[in-house]
Amino acid sequence: MTDVLLKVRGLKIGATIFPPGEKSRDIEIVHGVDFDLAPGKVLGLIGESGAGKSTIGLASMAYGRGGVEITGGTVEVNGRDVLSSGMRDVRRLRGAEVTYVSQSAAASFNPAKQIMEQVTEAAIFQNKFSKKEAEDRAVELFRKLGLPDPENIGSRYPHQVSGGQLQRCMTALALCPQPDLVVFDEPTTALDVTTQIDVLAAIKEAIRDTGVAALYITHDLAVVAQVSDHIMVLQQGATVEYGTTDQIINAPKEDYTKALVSVRSIDHEEKQPTDNPVLRVENVTARYKGTDFDVLKNINVELHPGQTLAVVGESGSGKSTLARVITGLLPPSNGTITFDGRTLTPDLPTRPLDDLRELQMIYQMADTAMNPRQTVGTIIGRPLEFYFGLKGAEKQKRIQELLDEIELGEGFQDRYPAELSGGQKQRVCIARALAAKPKLIICDEVTSALDPLVADGILKLLLNLQKIEDVAYLFITHDLATVRAIADSIAVMFQGEVVRYGPKSQVLAPPFDDYTDLLLSSVPEMKLGWLEDVIANRKMESAGN
Amino acid sequence: MHPIIKLVAQRLALGLLLLFAASILIFAGTSILPGDVAQQILGQSATPEALENLRRELGLNEPAVSRYFSWLGGVMQGDLGTALTNGRDIAESLGTRLSNTLFLAFWAAVIAVPLAITLGLLAVRYKDRWPDKVISAVTLTTISIPEFMIGYVLIFFLSIQLPQLINGMEFLSDGARNWMLSNLRFSSVALMNDSMTLIEKIKSITLPIMVLTLVVLAHMMRMTRAAILNVMQSAYIETAELKGLGMLKIIRKHAFPNAIAPIVNVVMINLAYLVVGVVVVEVVFAYPGMGQYLVDHVAKRDIPVVQACGLIFAAVYIGLNLVADIVSILANPRLRHPK
Repeated sequence: MTDVLLKVRGLKIGATIFPPGEKSRDIEIVHGVDFDLAPGKVLGLIGESGAGKSTIGLASMAYGRGGVEITGGTVEVNGRDVLSSGMRDVRRLRGAEVTYVSQSAAASFNPAKQIMEQVTEAAIFQNKFSKKEAEDRAVELFRKLGLPDPENIGSRYPHQVSGGQLQRCMTALALCPQPDLVVFDEPTTALDVTTQIDVLAAIKEAIRDTGVAALYITHDLAVVAQVSDHIMVLQQGATVEYGTTDQIINAPKEDYTKALVSVRSIDHEEKQPTDNPVLRVENVTARYKGTDFDVLKNINVELHPGQTLAVVGESGSGKSTLARVITGLLPPSNGTITFDGRTLTPDLPTRPLDDLRELQMIYQMADTAMNPRQTVGTIIGRPLEFYFGLKGAEKQKRIQELLDEIELGEGFQDRYPAELSGGQKQRVCIARALAAKPKLIICDEVTSALDPLVADGILKLLLNLQKIEDVAYLFITHDLATVRAIADSIAVMFQGEVVRYGPKSQVLAPPFDDYTDLLLSSVPEMKLGWLEDVIANRKMESAGN
Repeated sequence: MHPIIKLVAQRLALGLLLLFAASILIFAGTSILPGDVAQQILGQSATPEALENLRRELGLNEPAVSRYFSWLGGVMQGDLGTALTNGRDIAESLGTRLSNTLFLAFWAAVIAVPLAITLGLLAVRYKDRWPDKVISAVTLTTISIPEFMIGYVLIFFLSIQLPQLINGMEFLSDGARNWMLSNLRFSSVALMNDSMTLIEKIKSITLPIMVLTLVVLAHMMRMTRAAILNVMQSAYIETAELKGLGMLKIIRKHAFPNAIAPIVNVVMINLAYLVVGVVVVEVVFAYPGMGQYLVDHVAKRDIPVVQACGLIFAAVYIGLNLVADIVSILANPRLRHPK
């Protein structure tokens, strides 16, 4: 065995883009990246979206996703250059020497085939193992990865297991052919925090036990710090910094790395509740049509003017449903909602215009929340016309004010959403909500789709606007760091119920209930050995019980 | 109860309901056809009394609703009535005709369906390269030409020109030429009778099979191509590629099983066309099938025959689409294996 498993030199990757209304042109997305990976070691590739991390990871399998093409440099696996090899050799490499774990196992498993067949397929096809051997190996891996009923889970179909379980199956799929290198591409990003920690621990253990090397790609520095030996920080297709995990986390040299390590610089002091809440949700219970269980069970929360109530929970906890009930999209089966002293009618069509105006919403996907064929000016101008009847110069003046408030300049009025970055799009959505002069804005995971540094900017903007406009936020999120940054009060939701509710200082202070404790302790922290500590603590606790 | 059984039962009930609705439409449609059967049978010189007598005898004076139910009652018991023009039992004459039509449709399907799907798979494999373009161009050409035209062109080249060509091949021995003449004989008239062996029958309908294949090929092939290309965008295809699998294997093992539902749908529509829409081809090749039988009796205003043919066509159409629906349900792993 060579002492270098993967050797990348001067890797350049290009793509052809098709901007709307313009000629297609070639751009370079990775500009000459070098690194080595020794057998059995884990290298973390970290960076924001568009940094080229996935592209580099896939290049080690000589694969370009979509229109992406490797334009220069060399990639050697076990001493052989894979970029100059023919398709036959590349195919012998994929699934045998190098395997891949994608972000969304749910999409990466073929829905029409049993899990076992898919997990063992590469190992059998590449003649690494016989069918029997491969299946025994798979069961062994299922067991190692902590999957329930490892003997039989392989006979299930992908839709019959949960998201976290499927992500582990994907890891088993990658490890089954006994590869030398596994490319993990954001393997835990799509999971809830409490699931992420288990999958992360399972992956780490599997890497250690099998002695496989890994490229671990993620945007979350705290996650990569738990599994990797070295970290490479990437920005816009170039290496910013490369070092041991310890050095990157504890002594970053470059400014960009420092910024990544120290995100969440926001300090927000908790405000005291007032006498007249702007929103009062009382005994609200709701269920979806045609189902026979309540997605919301007897919810009671209050929100005070100019303050932020953070609703925290994992997927399926009912937090977005609560937003739907408040906005009138889903009439509750029981309970009342009082808004600014008046009782809201349960369903949207019967609400007066002022109720609609004063209660605005911002969504997770700014992309899909805007009409791609309207300019920013039209998008922000629409509520001005609709609610206030503004026209002409008056409207223009107000649009300009709003653009200033969201820190975008004059030039943005005539741009289309496709010409904006993710953060800018979300800012336009904020301006659209503000245009209605609302008393309450429901923010549904508004920073979840954004990179940490960009998300930070959005949160700062929201807090700033709250001061100026005295608007209240109902902030729905699964991210506890965000909650810490902006909330005045917090409601923790679990399976349709509020399990913990109160001012931020109380909710985030011990003693905790079981679920909040689990949730808080699952959030990755940016320090070495955090994962081991948490797992050890949990084992001790369960042994104590 | 397993959700699949419920879904399939629902589809079956819906199919029966549709068939019932179709029977009403057919009956109503034929009732408002212009022309008078009695007049047709007795000719222009018939006296009003004779016409009246015949109408009473045929039950034409009864109200439409009671005629409908007595007709439906008969159909339910397998009695399709008797033909007005020759007094024969419809079910009997229709039986041989239907079996001939099904025979032709069956052999056309046996060739066309696998061919169309294979061509669709190949078109995906060589997407936007020359094999894809040739397949698309050829199938689109054949679907664009009217089928009677294809029929006559094939007759011209294969029945007339080919034997002359073979005769002209002087470099071949007489034995070889005779062998070719007797084996490469494409009959322009598709004869069919009970004394023929299976091979003889198939040989006799070679040309109609070719015409039908060319007509239905494009639709099925293009739908297969589109359905599989759609599936090829999925992330699990990338997973398969990153396992090192070859393109054809990926298409066959990973893409095709997920494209079955749309493919089966288009196949069934074309099978229905093979049964229901063969009128023109049967006329071109003078083939004694349902289509010709129907056309003959429409001309003679023989309402009971037209109704019986209409009902059988409707049943075939609804039945095949029902099969497509059920296969689509069975092809969905989420329904087959509930949580």
